[in-house]
Amino acid sequence: MRIVFKTNYMQDIRPWKDRYQLCLYLILLAVVAAAPWWLDAFYLGELTNVLIWAIAGLGLMILTGHTGQVSLGHAAFLGFGCYANVALIEAGVPFLIAFPLAGFLTGIAGVTVAIPALRLHGIYLAIFTMALSILMDDIIVLSEPITGGVAGKYIGGVEIFGHLVDRWGTPDLFFWLVLTVAVLVTLGYINLLRAPLGRSFIAVRDSEVSAQAMGIDIARTKMISFALSCAITGWAGALMGLFAGAFNNETFSVLISIQLLMMIVIGGLGSIHGAFLGAIVIGFLPQFLSISKEYAGALFGGNTVAIPGLEFGIFGMILIAFILFEPMGLYGRWFKIRTWFELFPFYRKDMFKRQKSYLKTERLR
Amino acid sequence: MDNAQLLISGLANGCVYGLIALGFVLIYKATEAVNFAQGDFMMLGAFVTIGLTNTEYMGLPFWMALPISLGIMGALGYLLDRLIIRRLFGESQTAVVILTIALGFVIRFVAGLIWGHEPQTLQNPLAGKEVRFGGLVLGMEDVAVIIVTILLTVALYVFFSRTKLGLAMQGASQNQLAAYYMGIPVKRVQGFIWALAGVVAGIAGILFAAKGAVDPTTGLLGIKAFAAAVIGGFGSLPGALAGGLIVGVIEPFASRYIAAGYSQVAPYALLLAVLIFRPNGLFSQVRVKKV
Repeated sequence: MRIVFKTNYMQDIRPWKDRYQLCLYLILLAVVAAAPWWLDAFYLGELTNVLIWAIAGLGLMILTGHTGQVSLGHAAFLGFGCYANVALIEAGVPFLIAFPLAGFLTGIAGVTVAIPALRLHGIYLAIFTMALSILMDDIIVLSEPITGGVAGKYIGGVEIFGHLVDRWGTPDLFFWLVLTVAVLVTLGYINLLRAPLGRSFIAVRDSEVSAQAMGIDIARTKMISFALSCAITGWAGALMGLFAGAFNNETFSVLISIQLLMMIVIGGLGSIHGAFLGAIVIGFLPQFLSISKEYAGALFGGNTVAIPGLEFGIFGMILIAFILFEPMGLYGRWFKIRTWFELFPFYRKDMFKRQKSYLKTERLR
Repeated sequence: MDNAQLLISGLANGCVYGLIALGFVLIYKATEAVNFAQGDFMMLGAFVTIGLTNTEYMGLPFWMALPISLGIMGALGYLLDRLIIRRLFGESQTAVVILTIALGFVIRFVAGLIWGHEPQTLQNPLAGKEVRFGGLVLGMEDVAVIIVTILLTVALYVFFSRTKLGLAMQGASQNQLAAYYMGIPVKRVQGFIWALAGVVAGIAGILFAAKGAVDPTTGLLGIKAFAAAVIGGFGSLPGALAGGLIVGVIEPFASRYIAAGYSQVAPYALLLAVLIFRPNGLFSQVRVKKV
């Protein structure tokens, strides 16, 4: 049992709880960073994929988890970041400049979208962003000179400090590139949550009225949230493009948007861990299904038939179970288990019980 | 003449969107939640009827299968509320949104398992018949779609604005706690409305399957119905119908007069424009608070 008594404010907003926790995270980081030595190429690629999804999840988490604005259209920004990155590289900009710039441009695109979206809330925002994601598909096809249209685009490796970083040629270098971005984004995120800005995000999420009463400019806060969220998503999109190598309009369809939202819900809304946990679920679900299908096939002697839509079906069922039984997602479950151990003899069953609440109309506010 | 033909077929298509949108609006009006799985519900309704009617499945006569499949859809809607949605009572809209999206995935998967992924048509007595007036040719199914949609909209509108139960539903959606205090059995009312939405989805599915082929991804049509519901104003039943008609009419005209590639953008562009300039829809009833 390890209890940290917080005696002052600086201690409360420290990014880690105590030295012990910091050490744990550093060890975890070291183990992950050493992955190229203890994983074979296939699983290293899978791990890279998971990290990219986690970055995208962090992007959406700022908007949905911490500012409370549901977006069903983040695939549009993934696509935007991806194409911006590729277009810049093709224009001769070195990768180390093109990559941050791509995220920056996506952030600007996000603000442009946010201006009309500021008037919308709840359902309407979700539908607005969904329409955006559908439109993006057509926009990519229509702006063929830049995006290559339906035929799509191809990008090989990129050059960083004279090294060719390529998913196929040098998977370890590519993995470290993705890991670096993930760590930087996570650190930025942690610090954002300590800063007044991040706290105002949470205030807006919990109650717009009381946030306003505390002197928070709601419109400005939402706009910055959109900008940051889209910028991070843009980076994830750029990495996704590099990872896939070839992509076209269908790579960033509205289904990806929905998948992204579901991912952070499964992981746990409103927590950084949640983005990573959700990404692990998304990344390894297909592998898990194919392995278990083979296993079942061997066990019952039947041949393994491919069932179309199985992945999404299972995914939907997992999601329904989470929303019903564990709204805080995997992170919530982990948090409860940890609390049980920390408080060992004193844990009570109803400690995390949800309070009853009643819905008031949103139509008439 | 050409334009009139486009208009008529657009109207018939729009009525299907309108029917799905009606399902959204029903649930939104009475529970303040949005059922993103309504399109998939429609697909399911179509497949249930196909399973009952078509000769390669059960082969029941059409008019016997009709009430049975509507009953099944109603029961499914009720069970859905009873087993899943009710647990989310009082939770935020977001939870319901994500839940129903996930439900859509599951329904699509189950329908694919049972009925396969090939497009199928409903064998119905109206197939192949046509109505002609002037130079216009109109399939009998299209006429049925238009008539049924208008009747249903009127009936539901009267139900919500005139009957006691309808008013109770609106009250329950606006403030659950206050509705409890006024003696409205909020949970039972919600169960009823989900059953009703199931029936409406069933009707939409039957009409759609009579008009053309359905396969498990047909439910994605629901996204267009969203556009319709939003354009019409999410809380308004006649608005849903009007929105559906607008979307339905825009589509054929856009593909006729706008360059290929740009045409399918039209409904969504309209949706964005409506959301930006009139966030509550064209026929919204924002300020009316009677209940």
